[in-house]
Amino acid sequence: MCLGVPGKIVEMYEQGGLQMCKVDFGGVVRETCLAYVPEAKVGDYCIVHVGFALNLLSEEDAKETLDLLKQITDIEAELGPNPSPA
Amino acid sequence: MKYVTEYRDATLVRGVVDEIRRVVTRPWVLMEICGGQTHSIVRYGLDQILPPLIELVHGPGCPVCVTPLELIDKALLIASQPDVIFCSYGDMLRVPGSDRDLFSVKAAGGQVRVVYSPLDAVEIARQNPDKQVVFFAIGFETTAPPNVMSVLKARALGLKNYSILVSHVRVPPAMHAILGSPDCRVQGFLLAGHVCTVMGYHEYPSLAEKYRVPMAVTGFEPLDMAQGILYTVRMLEEGRVAVENAYPRSVSFEGNPAAQAAIHQVFEDCDRTWRGIGMIPMSGWRLREEFAAFDAEKRFDVGAIQTKESPLCIAGQILVGMKKPHDCSAFGKECTPEHPLGATMVSSEGACAAYYKYGR
Repeated sequence: MCLGVPGKIVEMYEQGGLQMCKVDFGGVVRETCLAYVPEAKVGDYCIVHVGFALNLLSEEDAKETLDLLKQITDIEAELGPNPSPA
Repeated sequence: MKYVTEYRDATLVRGVVDEIRRVVTRPWVLMEICGGQTHSIVRYGLDQILPPLIELVHGPGCPVCVTPLELIDKALLIASQPDVIFCSYGDMLRVPGSDRDLFSVKAAGGQVRVVYSPLDAVEIARQNPDKQVVFFAIGFETTAPPNVMSVLKARALGLKNYSILVSHVRVPPAMHAILGSPDCRVQGFLLAGHVCTVMGYHEYPSLAEKYRVPMAVTGFEPLDMAQGILYTVRMLEEGRVAVENAYPRSVSFEGNPAAQAAIHQVFEDCDRTWRGIGMIPMSGWRLREEFAAFDAEKRFDVGAIQTKESPLCIAGQILVGMKKPHDCSAFGKECTPEHPLGATMVSSEGACAAYYKYGR
């Protein structure tokens, strides 16, 4: 229930007074409510829980995190395996 | 898939785990709050590649597991009534009540329907004006925004036949209860990434400070989990207490203001009993008086309920990290996902179900 899946907003429309959209999860498309992300637009990625987008994913933060972790991994490769028994 | 594939990159995960191995010098006990993360850890085998100095214990963040037995029994009674369509997230159907579950109510002719979103339950109410439609509104801070929106939509539509049976719980009071226990072994926390997506993480620094326990906001993919563990272990090794964000692509300090506003419009804080754990003060949400017309507990008089738990099940101790599923004599014997004695064996977020499914 808390797992929430990231997907891409591919179409937006209004229904019964709520901003709704279609979200594409790598081929599976589900109807999703956008009431909590009024700034959403087609092409944005969001985390969806039980039919609701709870945020928009930040591309900039995602890239920064991956770069940071790649850096850690590269340093590891340079230093070789850890000699401590831990 | 963008935002998924790159966070399952085995080389990167191994690199971060190597860094954890480099940093760690002493044994540490970390708790992941969220049951979704427990499943991620076991599914991707992180528990098997982490240095043995790091012990992960599993927290109470499984909404299905902590929904109190009394409310399950109430759900069973309401769902059995002839003019009721009872709607629920699928996970709840096999959760054992005192003497049966929602599946058996359905098998006996009760109208029990699994819905993907609470808005589906509102639509069912709109299409069935001669029936009472009840939605089992369970969960943590993640399902609260969807669940309250169903009430707001039902009110906007003028529906008189829609109500919700509320069993909402919040993470910070549960952490308070765990950390305040004299038996607490937890030295660092991985905070539930999607709870923080909704609520932000401004509630946690005071908790971290009070109990001198570092915390990292953590996501759900294996790389996110490894990163959260690395951040927490680093703080522990450096003797630093802080709340760091290892999931910034999804979580901000403030969280989602629109979702929080809707929650507080419809819900107010209340004491809540957690199954297997007991009453935790102000750990839940209930409907505000203004929304009493949508409260299934007020709409249906189900009388006094006598609950009965399995005497074998140790779910309560598992949910606060005191015991592991293997410590239970019934694990995999009397208790399996097909015939669960306790809710931790049912849910896709329960620790016992994770251990059973992935052969731990």
